[in-house]
Amino acid sequence: MLLTIGMLGILSLIFGLLLGYTSVRFKVEGNPIIEQINSHLPQMQCGKCSYIGCHPYAEAIANNEVAINQCLPGGESTMLALARFLDREPIPLEAPEEVVPTKLLAIIDETACIGCTKCIQACPVDAILGAPKWMHTVIAQECTGCELCVIVCPVDCIKMAPVPATLSRWKWPHPSQI
Amino acid sequence: MTEYLFILIGTILTNNFVLVKFLGLCPFISVSTRFETAMGMGLATTFVLTLSAVLSYLTDEYLLVPLQLEFLRTMTFILVIAVVVQFTEMVVHKTSPILYQALGIFLPLIATNCIVLGVALLNVQEQHNFMESAIYGFGAAVGFWLVLVLFAAVRERVALADVPLVFKGAPITLITAGIMSMAFMGFAGLIKV
Amino acid sequence: MRLWQFHGGIHLTGHKDLSNHTGIIPAKLPKFLILPLLQHIGEPTEPIVRVGDKVLKGQIIAHCFGSDCSLMISAPIHASSSGTVVAIDARPVPHPSALSAPGIVIETDGEDRWTELTAIPDYTRLPAAQVREHIAQAGIVGLGGAGFPSHVKLRSKDIDTLIINGAECEPYITCDDRLMREYPQEIIEGAEILKHTLGGAQHCIIAVEDNKPEAYQALVAAAQGRVEVIKIPTLYPTGGERQLIQILTNKEVGRFQIPASIGIVVHNIETTRAVYRAVTAGRPLISRVVTVTGTGVEKPQNFEVLLGTPMREVIDQCGRKPNLETLIMGGGMMGLALPSDDLPIIKTTNCLIVGQVGELPPPPPPLPCIRCGACAQVCPINLLPQQLYWYCAAKEFKKAQAHSLFECIDCGCCAYVCPSHLDLVGYYRYAKAEIRAAAAERKAADQARQRHEFRLMRLVREKQEKAARHQKSKSNPDLTTF
Repeated sequence: MLLTIGMLGILSLIFGLLLGYTSVRFKVEGNPIIEQINSHLPQMQCGKCSYIGCHPYAEAIANNEVAINQCLPGGESTMLALARFLDREPIPLEAPEEVVPTKLLAIIDETACIGCTKCIQACPVDAILGAPKWMHTVIAQECTGCELCVIVCPVDCIKMAPVPATLSRWKWPHPSQI
Repeated sequence: MTEYLFILIGTILTNNFVLVKFLGLCPFISVSTRFETAMGMGLATTFVLTLSAVLSYLTDEYLLVPLQLEFLRTMTFILVIAVVVQFTEMVVHKTSPILYQALGIFLPLIATNCIVLGVALLNVQEQHNFMESAIYGFGAAVGFWLVLVLFAAVRERVALADVPLVFKGAPITLITAGIMSMAFMGFAGLIKV
Repeated sequence: MRLWQFHGGIHLTGHKDLSNHTGIIPAKLPKFLILPLLQHIGEPTEPIVRVGDKVLKGQIIAHCFGSDCSLMISAPIHASSSGTVVAIDARPVPHPSALSAPGIVIETDGEDRWTELTAIPDYTRLPAAQVREHIAQAGIVGLGGAGFPSHVKLRSKDIDTLIINGAECEPYITCDDRLMREYPQEIIEGAEILKHTLGGAQHCIIAVEDNKPEAYQALVAAAQGRVEVIKIPTLYPTGGERQLIQILTNKEVGRFQIPASIGIVVHNIETTRAVYRAVTAGRPLISRVVTVTGTGVEKPQNFEVLLGTPMREVIDQCGRKPNLETLIMGGGMMGLALPSDDLPIIKTTNCLIVGQVGELPPPPPPLPCIRCGACAQVCPINLLPQQLYWYCAAKEFKKAQAHSLFECIDCGCCAYVCPSHLDLVGYYRYAKAEIRAAAAERKAADQARQRHEFRLMRLVREKQEKAARHQKSKSNPDLTTF
């Protein structure tokens, strides 16, 4: 009886020490998958997921705090990519009426702009060019279409317009849609 | 030397633990939806199984038998297996976070994979020596890995195919598993173990 | 000479005798010429004329970026006739998207007055680079249908074999056939020029399919041993660059390689003739031969058409039949269906197939794939079309790529033999477009992320600097009173 307890106790103690050492030796710092989740996000930094940017949202996903269907600009394809990457069940997107989000571009009505620089401060990717009291303009190539500049404009001179269709951006449709 | 080879071929093909002995079916069905995950699971199981077979043998030979505590075998083996699984989990978490994510709950559940305990107990029953135990464990794991990967590859293709509605999902999976099992039965008689 | 075979391929009804009995005639000068800025593969050109400018025939009206053709993959565009530039704006272009793209519109004055041309008849005395620059300035691109700027191909080093592609394997097209019959001398001379430009390639082969015996005879007579003229068996898609190379040399061009990396350059028959004209007469690429064929026209015919001529006018000259329904640009297999004939003929327009209502009925509705494998037997690149189809249809693009989706040349052999009438090429095109778009999006997202991270870094730095200034002004009150 004593022998049994003693043997199991000693064995457990040895194994416990071993595991304790391993947990120190192979300590995981941070969460390495955050960066990889982040690389699947569209990087618009629009905040529509209720986080202040793509990276914070990636952190939240990695910590299992939030569902993977919160990224509206990324749409279904981003959600599916995340589901696949994380091996989670795909969840349908919540709000949007449109399945494939159209890419938008901010356009400043330069005649109405008063040069307040509010939009410059709001732009998460520094895509607006201008100086105080001078009119501003959008660097179309860098604009991610996050719409953050629209709300802050005091004179409502920023409009969102869909990116114009060009030959280089045209895609062959799915055969079932022809 | 040929003995070891026989054990290896026996465990991998003729007496495959999954498809012939029907052990370890839970991970076989649940971790075979994706090829990459199946590869990872196979690798982790191989590691756990080989190590736990060796450790179980050592515990039995140098602890339980001398102390005449053979009745504690199952309990001790489970302790050993649990430790090895915990150890593996920590290593995988550190070295491959994506695999860790993908394996999810199935990684700790290797502990309850029937093959692991099965191999440890069968090693005692068959009176294998140290080398034989190790090879038996390794062979069982490779056999598991092989069918898991094959099955995952089949399932990836089946997932894309037009399967009749009534067969979609679990039914076609089980039918596929059954056909694979029959195929592996064909190896019987390859060698006598 | 020994010939080899490529895998698969199909035998097709040629429909070539519709249009190959009569000689090439010049098409009428249209009232307006519409010249899109992008008529080739690569970067679009930039207009160097303004609305209201008078232009002469052969004058460059749109040039490559920085007027230097070596910076980017591009080729200049010339005025096809003399007249006035009346507009530079977006016009519908011959493209399956039916989108508009920027172009230059010239109202012709009917005089057809040439600009001053510079010819280099004694090209052999000039270094290869200079001849190549001359070809680049002439705006010559691959006229077989792809439209890759020719001078870029001629830049390759260590070329030992030059192949002139006279296979013309696609049904309906006969423009190269007629050119070989009528201008064999020019083609042979053109081949010599290309050979010189490539730094003296050792071999020069002109390959002609054996369904064009007259063209073969004419070339043999004109060549007089200067270049090798080879008769190759008729099989679709023999005219594919890689397939032709395999037939003639038994060499396979690697996955991510171009033919030049194994010392081979392939040029089209008409490109060769354009090079001849550009070098010996200084004549830039302002016209091309277009086959107008199909049962929708009274008299199918090959025309020498000025670039920018509306398709409608050329079809009218063939005798348009009523009830036209389909218009295909290119051959019967790889041609693109166009939404209207109100589009300009551009450098890559080699053939127009005009069909009547009911002549080319829409394909029967697709049936489920029965995994018969007929597609794999005919694939000229030895791919697994059926597996690709499953992956593309399920949007498993990664796996499709792993099965070499990008090796596919869209030849359409698989869809042609498919008993279930699946639009296989449609699936591949769709998948390729999606993969390319996703890659571009990823690139843009990466850039946005970098800019965002830089911005965050900048904000932190500014805050620190501000704090430092604040600290400084606190400890140094004299400065603030200043």
